[in-house]
Amino acid sequence: MTTTAAPVRDQRRWMSLLARWETLLVLALIGLILLGTTLSPFFLTAGNFSNLIAALMEVAIMAMPMTLIIVLGEIDLSVESMAGLSSAILGFLWAAGVPLWVGIAVVLVVGALGGLLNGLIVARGGLPSLVVTLGTLALFRGMALIVLGPRGVSDFPDWFTAFGFGHVPGTLIPWPFVVFILLAAVLGIVLHRTWIGRQVYAIGKNAGTARFSGVRVTRVRTSLFVLSGLIAALAGIILTSRLSSARADAGSGMTLTVVTVVLLGGVNIFGGSGTIPGVALAVLCVAVMQNALRLASVTVEVQSIALGLLLILSVVIPTFAHQAKSALDRVRGGRPPPADSIAQGEAALS
Amino acid sequence: MELRSAGRSIALASVAVLIFSACSGSATPSPSAAPSAAASAAAGPITVGFLPKDIVNQYFAAAKTGVDKAAAMTGSKVIQVGPNEAKPDLQIPFITDLTTQKVDAIIISADGKDEVAQSLKAAMAAGIKVVGFDSSPAVGAYNVFVNQVDFSGVGVNLADWACELAPSCTGDIAILSAAATATNQNAWIDLMKTTLKLDKYKGLKLVDTVYGNDDATVSTTQAQALLTKYPNLKVIVAPTTVGILAAAQVVKQAGKSDSVKVTGLGFPNDMKPFVKDGTSPVFGLWSVPDLGYLSYMVASKLVSGEITGKEGETFTVKGLNGDKPYTIGKDSVVILGPTFRFDKTNVEDFNF
Repeated sequence: MTTTAAPVRDQRRWMSLLARWETLLVLALIGLILLGTTLSPFFLTAGNFSNLIAALMEVAIMAMPMTLIIVLGEIDLSVESMAGLSSAILGFLWAAGVPLWVGIAVVLVVGALGGLLNGLIVARGGLPSLVVTLGTLALFRGMALIVLGPRGVSDFPDWFTAFGFGHVPGTLIPWPFVVFILLAAVLGIVLHRTWIGRQVYAIGKNAGTARFSGVRVTRVRTSLFVLSGLIAALAGIILTSRLSSARADAGSGMTLTVVTVVLLGGVNIFGGSGTIPGVALAVLCVAVMQNALRLASVTVEVQSIALGLLLILSVVIPTFAHQAKSALDRVRGGRPPPADSIAQGEAALS
Repeated sequence: MELRSAGRSIALASVAVLIFSACSGSATPSPSAAPSAAASAAAGPITVGFLPKDIVNQYFAAAKTGVDKAAAMTGSKVIQVGPNEAKPDLQIPFITDLTTQKVDAIIISADGKDEVAQSLKAAMAAGIKVVGFDSSPAVGAYNVFVNQVDFSGVGVNLADWACELAPSCTGDIAILSAAATATNQNAWIDLMKTTLKLDKYKGLKLVDTVYGNDDATVSTTQAQALLTKYPNLKVIVAPTTVGILAAAQVVKQAGKSDSVKVTGLGFPNDMKPFVKDGTSPVFGLWSVPDLGYLSYMVASKLVSGEITGKEGETFTVKGLNGDKPYTIGKDSVVILGPTFRFDKTNVEDFNF
């Protein structure tokens, strides 16, 4: 009996490791890198990796607070418009002769206030965030168009544009990537290692239970929307810097990519589970895939199909794996797994 | 435990590597689009990246036929890349990737002149020749910009055609443009307005300028609104290929082809039926395939070193400009030629 017990336990460990979404993402990433290497001789170069990462940094940065918000069981669709509003205000102030650092400070405050607006309506008003942020998606974009109009402002100083387009001196690391890593580290620690993170998961799993357990649901919700607005404004600043141009339409269409990346990262769209490392891996997967397909001169339509399939798979695979596991356990006559056993990446991390 | 599971991940990863590499070996039969580093290294044929504003606009498809035709003569390779939406931030990754691929030249219609400038400058620093066409990148971010037409000419043409179509050159006219921000259209409209101030055009009254955003649906709605709002409208001037087609369709469907005429810039293929039925008896454009052809030839001459893009340099392209030499002008701009007028005498001869 003891001779068979070990292999069975071993097998289970293999299974649970395989079931970890992050593991699958690492495998997917390796696969995509191999695919890229096969498709193009220029793929596996440091310069190329620097470029492919730089192309997705605004999305990656906005995906960090979005991860927390979706874990919370909410969504913030307004981030792309907040990035646009941020770009528009920055351009407007700069064109009006306001020092750039003052402009940046103003923009960050506006971002936080916009987030606060979302947060208050959602948390205090008890309205669905899908509807509220759909409204502010249009509202913030409209404000951006009023502030800057159709013009573009582009005579920014060199140090500012070098931030979005340049690298850390002596390396090929894009500056926005540094911002992303810092943000991912901070939010990763907050989500996975602190009581705040545990409250976020608790609310995402069951807001009512969390409230009765003494979690200040309203405050957590509001704070995360403020964070999301603030970071979206930051992403708008980075986008302005990378494009060396402030435009009212900056960032339009980005929200979909942000949400795609977060879901691909294994965050449950219904809340309650998901990890920052998972989303960071998903960012890399999407960046590598887009770049590999571009280098192979694959048309944009096919790229779009590939991204769509990836997203659908990211939802289908966990569900399928979960069902398969339940079936396997029933056959074995073992205890049924907890309902959300797939969705417990965070349990393993904390 | 941590170490052991890490070990397992590595073991798993290597298994996956085998599986994935096996898959990619069989699932993607010989990557047909592998960039031709070898080809570009050889003398003669070159590799050119063609980057339009977006890849769903038939204008750029028409330009590409010219690029392809020119490239085929030397056996050169053209890689078309580009976003499916005209947005400058979406163009940047394609520029950096073409740079990574070490193409010999990039032919680009810039979605935003400043937005693409940094990445184009990086491409130039990497030894790639950059040729702008259709819509210019910022000065300094290209070697040569091939302008489709003498801009001041277009403004005069638009005013002239409106005058020709309005009965005895009098009555209300309106403009249906692309986006309110569109650089080219705004320049032409400004020049048209200046022209309209001349005595010859004093009978024409410009009642409105509306924007269809180069979107067929929006343009249609705007054209319908013009017909409703201005019952005495004589001419709709649409200096955009999307707008002129939408306007012509709306006028025809409203049964007003006799009283309201449509002119502007359009594709011969789009406009043939409307020339025939009298909705749009005259309009103009330049030869878009020729624009692509010239852009490729300029790129090729830059790569070979025949020209450098300096003001005052001259070169000839067989079959264009009556075989007379082109001169590179201020800001390294070359002009393809004057606006080409289409009407019932010639429209059937063109296919783009």
